[in-house]
Amino acid sequence: MLTKRIIACLDMDGGRVVKGVRFKNLRDAGDPAECATAHARNGADEIVLLDITATSGNRRTLLDAVRATARSLFVPFTVGGGIRQLEDAAAVFDAGADKIAINSAAVRDPALIGKIAGRFGSQAVVVAIDARKAAGGFEVFVAGGRESTGRDAIRWAREAASCGAGEILLTSMDRDGTQSGFDCELVCAVAEAVSIPVIASGGAGSARDFVEVFREGRADAALAASIFHFGIENIAQLKRELHDASIPVRWPC
Amino acid sequence: MIAIVDYGAGNLSSVKNAFDYLDAEVVVTDRPETVAAASKIVLPGVGHFSSLQALEGTGLREALLQSASAGKPFLGICLGMQWLFEGSEECAEIAGAGIFPARCRQFPASVKSPHVGWNSLDVREGSRLLRGIAQNAFVYYTHSFHAPVVAETTAASEYGLRFAGAVERGNVFGVQFHPEKSGDVGLSILKNFCEV
Repeated sequence: MLTKRIIACLDMDGGRVVKGVRFKNLRDAGDPAECATAHARNGADEIVLLDITATSGNRRTLLDAVRATARSLFVPFTVGGGIRQLEDAAAVFDAGADKIAINSAAVRDPALIGKIAGRFGSQAVVVAIDARKAAGGFEVFVAGGRESTGRDAIRWAREAASCGAGEILLTSMDRDGTQSGFDCELVCAVAEAVSIPVIASGGAGSARDFVEVFREGRADAALAASIFHFGIENIAQLKRELHDASIPVRWPC
Repeated sequence: MIAIVDYGAGNLSSVKNAFDYLDAEVVVTDRPETVAAASKIVLPGVGHFSSLQALEGTGLREALLQSASAGKPFLGICLGMQWLFEGSEECAEIAGAGIFPARCRQFPASVKSPHVGWNSLDVREGSRLLRGIAQNAFVYYTHSFHAPVVAETTAASEYGLRFAGAVERGNVFGVQFHPEKSGDVGLSILKNFCEV
């Protein structure tokens, strides 16, 4: 039986893993390669590394971190942040990523999704969408949540899927870092609108939040960062609780 | 020396990293003569069946077929496993190796496609590649087309239907999942391949 995935996300700034609340107030949480393998040992089904400073930062720092992480990480590994063109994606794959996540660049140029999928396969292309509740729906934001686009999140998810995205990584900006639960309304709306897997992100705080996003949000996977870094929720313990709640998970793993 | 065949279809560094971790001697190559000289072959790959076109007209297809028929241990991963079959609905013009007698098909419309994530394996006893792998062990899949269950199927998974997770015939092995991305279970499978 296909299981629901628990994905640990590492936000990276200048080669270090950091975590903030609502994309602000960043705190240091360690070395990417060490964090990634520790999470995998603990039961994470997948690791996402997001370079949150990449739009203005040094690409070599990111590629070095990807290479070091990939060397000893034997679960799927997604890398995002600052990928603006096919060549950026190719460099990240070459460094050892299994998938890339694109956000702002895909909104600006949806054809980029197809370009990367055409060369590396749809399964390697995750379109990340940062959305916030707005009048009459959910609006897409880009540039790390700093710029509004006026686009509807559900419509954009559908377009991304038809362009060749393999998965949607959907972050609720309203919930990000708050540990107040996933935005099940947003997740469910997108999960029902597309036929590709949807990864829910933003707001994870307890095992019950995960149960809800899998049941009511119809998510295929759920991603969290802060709760895993500081040991508030242990992934192995989380999976045991999901298993007890009859959510199919890779457990024991 | 294990040759990991590079025909431009993804995940080579992941596969190489896993074999490196196991201290296996590997070379990533796109040269038929290197394939011919290797003691074992790994044919990886993700993406569209049409990318297997790159094996044609370069001597790689012939080198791979010769290696397999000579009894060299051969592991096809994901698209590499699908190549071991007769072909795929995904791209009818390209012929597979025909070592396993079936064609790869799409998943039924009742399930989301691609099939992405960790699924359990119904393991049949007696497989050399899956030696020591527990019943219902989890492995990582990412694919839109699947090979049907055939007589040589050594493990099956369920997703809308039952399909071949692993196949084995003599020294030719295929896995639809990604052992290089399946944690300790996957590393054990690759270790078994190294020891065949």
